[in-house]
Amino acid sequence: MTTTAPAPAWTSAPWDLPSETPDGPIAGKWDRHKFEMKLVNPANKRRFHIIVVGSGLAGGAAAASLAELGYRVSCFCYQDSPRRAHSIAAQGGINAAKNYPNDGDSVYRLFYDTIKGGDYRSREANVYRLAQLSVNIIDQCAAQGVPFAREYGGLLDNRSFGGAQVSRTFYARGQTGQQLLLGAYQALARQIALGGVTMHSRSEMLDLVVVDGAARGIVTRDLVTGEVSSVAADAVVLCTGGYGNVFYLSTNAKGCNTTAIWRAHKRGALFANPCFTQIHPTCIPVSGDHQSKLTLMSESLRNDGRVWVPKQPGDPRSPDQIPEEERDYFLERKYPSFGNLVPRDVASRNAKEVCDQGKGVGPGGRGVFLDFAEAIGRLGTHTIEERYGNLFEMYERITDENPYKVPMRVYPAIHYTMGGLWVDYNLMSSVPGCFVGGEANFADQGANRLGASALMQGLADGYFVLPYTLGNYLATAKPAPVSTSAPEFASAVAGVEEQTRRLLGIKGKRTVDSFHRELGLLVWEQCGMARNDAGLRACLDEIPRIEEAFWADVNVPGSGDELNQSLEKAGRVADFFELARLMVTDALHRTESCGGHFREESQTADGEALRKDDEFAYVAAWGHNPDGPPVLHKEQLEFEEVHLTQRSYT
Amino acid sequence: MNLTLRVWRQASGSEKGRMVTYDAPDISPDMSFLEMLDVVNERLITSGSADGPIAFDHDCREGICGMCGMVINGIAHGPERATTTCQLHMRHFQDGDTIDIEPWRAKAFPIVKDLIVDRSAFDRIIEAGGFITANTGGAPDANAIPVAKADADRAMDAAACIGCGACVAACPNASAMLFTAAKVTHLGSLPQGQAERWTRVRAMVATQDDMGFGTCTNIGECAAVCPKQIGMDTIANLNRDLIRSSLRRRH
Repeated sequence: MTTTAPAPAWTSAPWDLPSETPDGPIAGKWDRHKFEMKLVNPANKRRFHIIVVGSGLAGGAAAASLAELGYRVSCFCYQDSPRRAHSIAAQGGINAAKNYPNDGDSVYRLFYDTIKGGDYRSREANVYRLAQLSVNIIDQCAAQGVPFAREYGGLLDNRSFGGAQVSRTFYARGQTGQQLLLGAYQALARQIALGGVTMHSRSEMLDLVVVDGAARGIVTRDLVTGEVSSVAADAVVLCTGGYGNVFYLSTNAKGCNTTAIWRAHKRGALFANPCFTQIHPTCIPVSGDHQSKLTLMSESLRNDGRVWVPKQPGDPRSPDQIPEEERDYFLERKYPSFGNLVPRDVASRNAKEVCDQGKGVGPGGRGVFLDFAEAIGRLGTHTIEERYGNLFEMYERITDENPYKVPMRVYPAIHYTMGGLWVDYNLMSSVPGCFVGGEANFADQGANRLGASALMQGLADGYFVLPYTLGNYLATAKPAPVSTSAPEFASAVAGVEEQTRRLLGIKGKRTVDSFHRELGLLVWEQCGMARNDAGLRACLDEIPRIEEAFWADVNVPGSGDELNQSLEKAGRVADFFELARLMVTDALHRTESCGGHFREESQTADGEALRKDDEFAYVAAWGHNPDGPPVLHKEQLEFEEVHLTQRSYT
Repeated sequence: MNLTLRVWRQASGSEKGRMVTYDAPDISPDMSFLEMLDVVNERLITSGSADGPIAFDHDCREGICGMCGMVINGIAHGPERATTTCQLHMRHFQDGDTIDIEPWRAKAFPIVKDLIVDRSAFDRIIEAGGFITANTGGAPDANAIPVAKADADRAMDAAACIGCGACVAACPNASAMLFTAAKVTHLGSLPQGQAERWTRVRAMVATQDDMGFGTCTNIGECAAVCPKQIGMDTIANLNRDLIRSSLRRRH
């Protein structure tokens, strides 16, 4: 009897990726690089056309800033207005190394904390630049009129946030993301009125057009008329957010999708660390099968809320009937110096662990208490209301429970994806001319993102990095004139139209959502908070089965030349299937635990994530291979400043 | 619970619309209003209904993006005070209820399909002046300009507007005054917003008129339905600034 070896899940490329990180001491890299980059003559900027896809913090800020410089910008978003991008939903705050509270913060400390928080899987030079730029962001936003919280003397207020021992988080009540986004949106609106930006709302990017090896345009579908068309440009910037909706249930907006970056990946852009997904520890638990999305409760709540479960598994008593000595404040017990403020991955895993022990609370036992009784007793209801009023209201609206009286119930949920398209120090992907900003790239957050650091990255990329590095690209690459009459445009449009026809023609029995739910549940079970070899392999076998069923039995009603929300969803879910396979492959190949990627086979004696720095201190950047398994490219991470240690928050 | 829905169906802006009745059985009180519509849509798709699923705008489903919005039993965003449609839960309805669901209705918000309207007129109002001119890069230190806490709080109260358009849908005049006033108040309350304060209010109000919104007659329906509880005081503030701006006109 002969056995055939199973086909390998991936193959490896023999070379290292160049990160284009400048030489020299870390503190001077960005300044020197800014000087060494070539500039575009002010009179020539108008000649360059730049496409920006996405209008969130990164995209909105980039589009506005590029237009201010004089470039011609076209900006695309799938929502009805650029003001609705999902950055708007970020609640807690934005970090900056201002050290206004005089508590010992510095650029270096923010850099160090972010590298450590990312579990040493991010690029030092990028993170240092991010920490440097953080101070400019706050200045810029204050000048735009972002109504940050203030002290009585009129100066800016700060708070400590998610795992930081200094108060470096700036905030605008519980809606910091909204206010920062509206700041960027208003700057964008000004440029639209001035004619520097042409805005295309209700437009979805469905392909990247590559001509002579460089990104030269995109294919879009007008979501109102259904018209598929293409746009040519000198460079393309993708700021299209994360892919958390691969899990179906996440804190992402319903429309968030991977299509733009996935299509770019299929056109040659490497996809880095797709298995690095972040679970947010404090979301409102699932209430039933009808659930369409999960709602996050800001991490800032852990500043005053205490996390606990009953010591007795299955304790039927209501929380106020459970005496103090019968409660397990498990984060405070295990991590005495950080307590409830441990990073997100640690808090999430511990919540899962106590629920797995049967101590979870609420329907289905997948929840832990987040209790404000002690804080209300110490500070008074008024102070708590001032700090968290809108969050408490939101919680009550959804659950019908009053958190001033009974503890909140929370459970981890998918919230953010650290993985994304691979970019070099200039935020350019492996396709020349295709730049990637914000959550859509993999660059700065490593294997785990710290709280209040997504807004920082999006705005740093958009306001202060892309406007420089794009100019350098245009000045050095000098892209030749191109128009949509080039054959590459027609063939990309034809490809999109063909997929539309195919999806509409299946006329099967099941809805798009039913497939999306099935896929999401599978990857959440096998590639969520904890992963192991057997589960991941089973998942890799199972995904193609669901995918095949999707392409055989999905029912997409209506036509392609009208507003058709089922068709929009079908295209996105088709891409989620392909992405899910890569995500699981990446999780399978990385046999270490780090940050949000917890491999059960790799843990310390006390159950903490155990990294394997000798083997895995690299970025896994995957190449698309239409005829076989994905190709693994590595970027070795060099740590010159920070000494790699086992993260410890005890 | 079992419900009957009467929903506005309109294939496109150029076609005629009508109310269509649907049964919505087995609805859980823990569902959000949009999740209830999801369930109805799943059934419409699998049963092969000729009209197809009901098109409605939605995105974040946590009450902040401003994308969702429908008139529910005659009230913009439905019966719960200070609540967007996505945050409205079915526990606020009774078994056996008949629920009317219609789009925002206003000349300046033409219907795109079913419950979806075109609110781009709001973008035009912001483009006319709803910003502080501050190019990237030239900002002074954020603490160089102190802002009295009361002013910052007032700015934040007004800045909470999510641009959903419920104010316009509720106003008998289909006026956008609350929306415009919220932005005028937000920026005008801050020292950074003073340089353009008087030109801003004039430009935004003029654009609001150009876009076909009605005139404000201080009825107050807008503030009553506002999911973010933007108050009528912002409209008083806008009117004050508008008058002061005309006294300050230099040319």
